[in-house]
Amino acid sequence: MKKNLIIIGAGMASGRALEEVLDQDGDSWNVTLFNAEPCGNYNRLMLSPVLSGEKTYEEIITHSADWYETQGVNCRFGEKVAEIDKVAKTVTSETGDVLSYDKLVIATGSNPFIIPLPGHDLDGVIAYRDLEDTERMIALGSKPDAKAVVIGGGLLGLEAAAGLKARGVDVTVVHIMGHLMERQLDEAAGYLLRKALTDRGIKVMCSANSKEIVGDDGQLRALLLDDGTELPCDLLVMAVGIRPNVALAQDAGLAVGKGIHVDDQMITSDAHILSLGECVEHDGAVFGLVAPLYEQAKVLAKTLIGEPATFVQKEVSTKLKVTGCDLFSVGDFADGEGREDIVFRDPARGVYKRLVIEGNKLVGAVFYGDTSDSNWFFGLIKDGEDISEMRETLMFGPSFQGGDPLDPMAAVAALPDDAEICGCNGISKSNVVAAIQAGAHTLDAVKATSKAASSCGGCSGLVEQLLSVTLGDDFAMPEKETVCKCTDLSHDEVRKLIVAGKMKSMPQAMQEMNWSTPDGCHVCRPALNYYLVCAWPGEYADDGKSRFINERVHANIQKDGTYSVVPRMLGGITTPNELRAIADAADKFNVPTVKVTGGQRIDLLGIKKEDLPAIWYDLGQAGMMSGQAYAKGLRTVKTCVGTDHCRFGTQDSTGLGIKLEERMWGAWSPHKFKLAVTGCPRNCAEATCKDLGIVCVDSGYQILVGGAAGLDLLEAQLLAQVATENEALEYSCAFYQLYREGAQYLHRPYKWINKVGLDWVKDQIVENPLNRKALADRFHYSQQFFQVDPWAERAIKGKDAHEFKPLADLTDLPVAAE
Amino acid sequence: MQSEIDMSQYIDIGTLEDIPQRGARVVRTPEGEIAVFRTADDQIFAIDEWLPGKAGPLSNGIQHGTCVTDPMRNWVFDLRSGVAQGADDGHLRVWDLYLQDGRIFLTSEVLGAARVTS
Ligand code: SRM
Ligand SMILES: Cc1cc2nc3c(=O)[nH]c(=O)nc-3n(C[C@H](O)[C@H](O)[C@H](O)COP(=O)(O)OP(=O)(O)OC[C@H]3O[C@@H](n4cnc5c(N)ncnc54)[C@H](O)[C@@H]3O)c2cc1C
Ligand code: SF4
Ligand code: FES
Repeated sequence: MKKNLIIIGAGMASGRALEEVLDQDGDSWNVTLFNAEPCGNYNRLMLSPVLSGEKTYEEIITHSADWYETQGVNCRFGEKVAEIDKVAKTVTSETGDVLSYDKLVIATGSNPFIIPLPGHDLDGVIAYRDLEDTERMIALGSKPDAKAVVIGGGLLGLEAAAGLKARGVDVTVVHIMGHLMERQLDEAAGYLLRKALTDRGIKVMCSANSKEIVGDDGQLRALLLDDGTELPCDLLVMAVGIRPNVALAQDAGLAVGKGIHVDDQMITSDAHILSLGECVEHDGAVFGLVAPLYEQAKVLAKTLIGEPATFVQKEVSTKLKVTGCDLFSVGDFADGEGREDIVFRDPARGVYKRLVIEGNKLVGAVFYGDTSDSNWFFGLIKDGEDISEMRETLMFGPSFQGGDPLDPMAAVAALPDDAEICGCNGISKSNVVAAIQAGAHTLDAVKATSKAASSCGGCSGLVEQLLSVTLGDDFAMPEKETVCKCTDLSHDEVRKLIVAGKMKSMPQAMQEMNWSTPDGCHVCRPALNYYLVCAWPGEYADDGKSRFINERVHANIQKDGTYSVVPRMLGGITTPNELRAIADAADKFNVPTVKVTGGQRIDLLGIKKEDLPAIWYDLGQAGMMSGQAYAKGLRTVKTCVGTDHCRFGTQDSTGLGIKLEERMWGAWSPHKFKLAVTGCPRNCAEATCKDLGIVCVDSGYQILVGGAAGLDLLEAQLLAQVATENEALEYSCAFYQLYREGAQYLHRPYKWINKVGLDWVKDQIVENPLNRKALADRFHYSQQFFQVDPWAERAIKGKDAHEFKPLADLTDLPVAAE
Repeated sequence: MQSEIDMSQYIDIGTLEDIPQRGARVVRTPEGEIAVFRTADDQIFAIDEWLPGKAGPLSNGIQHGTCVTDPMRNWVFDLRSGVAQGADDGHLRVWDLYLQDGRIFLTSEVLGAARVTS
């Protein structure tokens, strides 16, 4: 007699299992197949090509009505199972039919997760799981000017977005994490993917938090983000993850964790009930891709037939099915001890490949742009092959015999022809290449014929690289000092490439400049962050994690881990009220040391990190802001009393100092920048050893630059003498900007002037009024973004609150009775 | 495997979201301050905040890969082993912890002598 087999769910996993059972032991079973969807098994993976129009639904049907009929399967499609009684061994369908089984298979798949945002139940909010969802999206394409928002920048979300876009819909992807597909891709590959999607017109917002879905009369209107942005849309697709569909099993009293517990034979906690697919949990893992489900199907079929079989979890790989975005990810690509990365980047082709090696084995791989050999690498990982023999050439794939080495010239080669190589003289890449092709085969010859590199010299490195790219082996690249071991480029080259290549984020910069590590090191990250901050004010989002702790928490760390706090006192001027507020704060927060600094202001030392926001709040109430005594940026402007009080004073040195500090506070620079304005050549404010010092004289203002009184003692040199205060301000701001734009990170102005020459600096500022004004204008433009008191942001708006509180305090946990 | 973890030996100290990527937070314990790191790819590590006289407070350092650079003297420590990299010689204690459903569980060994016995 035939045994009754009931299967709940006609999805991809049970479909494969059914084929196996019918194939190997068809005569023993009387099969009834329930499915909540009104159809049989189709290839769910291929919904994306259906959505984008590359396939039709008919083409993706796995089991047709004919097939079921020939196989003698009783189909109950569009009918859900409502209940399982494992004692009576029966199931009850939603229509009330009761059927008994000998064996039951639960294959209910998973449910898309819907974030319970206000408005999630509005009409127009859908998931991306089945044919019905796909049809909703396709229908939107025929509406003129249709807009859609996809929440979730993972595999499903991006496939939905690409499909909608292909249907002519205006799509925005809203993703909560910093980069797309963060579970499968590292930042670099995430950046390239984002670029490819943006290029095809899909808007992508990362680090974006959804707050509310708004609608009119139950009909969706827009998505609201927590920063206030409103994204109008006709359809909102939530693709933020799936949850195993365990409700039936749970109600039936089966063992359920994240999914329905199954053993290695796919048997649940009840011997007559088996389960497979996305609804199960095996050895702590749940599943979201089909490859392991097909393995489960084979094992489940064997178990039903009564043959031994064991399900073993294996590595799975991910590919995105968006035409034109080739990406592949497999295994574990986290950094770690004993792990080594091999990174290959080709900025010109938009290729990024990363292999992660542990011991003699390949354990992970991420590829973007060129996935041709991905299966070979996948095989190496799955089989745990020893790769020590081919390590050197591994990156180049199976067909390698003699591939290209990493190319330090790639970033320059990838620049567009009109990219500016020499800012001083306005010379583009094509001009330089033309000069080289016309016979200028040395740096000096290029300087002479094209003028490139003939001024500050900051672009010499790039010109040399162009010589090398154009002439090949005929040009010997000179040795140079690179930023750090993560790159072959020098600071000057990096600075210039960021501007010429319009690089506006850290992952973009690292990709386009061929960084050899996935995310840099403590040497290059702060430098890159500064170069990006300086190049793209208002556009680049500062990366606090690339800043030294003082700049991250806006206070100076002390040797015992406490901090010191120095409020700004413009030009060294304070008031009784400010002094009282400082005294009150010192009392309130038990500040152990209050000191007058060498920079004409007051330092509160020994403050606990947690107290920082509170003490800033109090100081802020008295009108004070951060003195940025920690910043690679503007520090102090020291002044003397000048004409206000001193019998020798020639100009209002105090007033000019205050004006300078008002304009300059908040600015970031390659290193600290200190000023002083002194009322006469007696120099009580020590202006002659500052980065920029002004000595007031009867006839006006002497502007001195490049002084220092730290590790090196250097007298500042005369840049110019001007007649009016306004000129003094313009020259000063122009000088600061020239230094900000040109110097290498951690070089004080004197080091930079040594390199470019004081004459060149004079040329830029004194001899060239238009350029001077342009520099000052750029300075003021960028200041509108940087003159935000970091203390107020943290004390009042709660920015970076996590920095100031311990995660947990376990020192006073109640101790259980012994 | 996670299913073998004995929950009584671990303390819930907060959620993954409480620590920004490439960030770190301190946990105060009877065994001293411990820094809990979250890497760019969401791995978590717990190691001592201080190597007395040599390095610390490490939660304030710059993270790269699974390393952190100490804010005082620029020593680089591997978060997995707690060992100073390169020429520097030092070893920080690493504490066991794991992540489950977005929550972080730290070994109760951090309670030292005051350890909860159950
Ligand atoms: C607080 C203060 C000393 C004081 O008690 O007076 C001070 C304190 C520090 N100085 Fe200074 N400098 C202070 C005025 C100076 C001066 C005098 C001045 O500015 O007129 C100089 C010499 C002038 C100069 O810079 O050319 C000075 C030259 C340095 C140097 C050497 C810089 C150089 O280029 O050679 C460093 C090291 C560095 O920056 O790399 C330094 C670094 C430091 C640091 C930030 C060291 C550090 O990284 O931790 C100190 C912070 C201590 C703390 O516990 O918070 N400090 N430092 C002064 C703060 C002024 C202010 O109000 O902001
Ligand atoms: C758009 C899209 C693209 C994808 N792309 C890929 C990819 O590229 N690669 C990859 O590996 N994976 C991909 N997946 C995932 C893959 O489709 C799933 O892993 C796979 O379909 C899961 O199979 P399953 O049989 O467990 O569940 P399903 O295929 O979901 O089948 C479960 C069935 O059970 C039915 N059911 C639920 N409850 C009941 C009930 N009470 N009574 C009766 N029937 C019920 C449901 O209606 C459903 O039809 C993609 C998924 C989607 C949605
Ligand atoms: S620098 Fe000259 S003007 Fe200023 S206080 Fe000294 S003596 Fe007076
Ligand atoms: S940028 Fe070319 S000489 Fe200055």
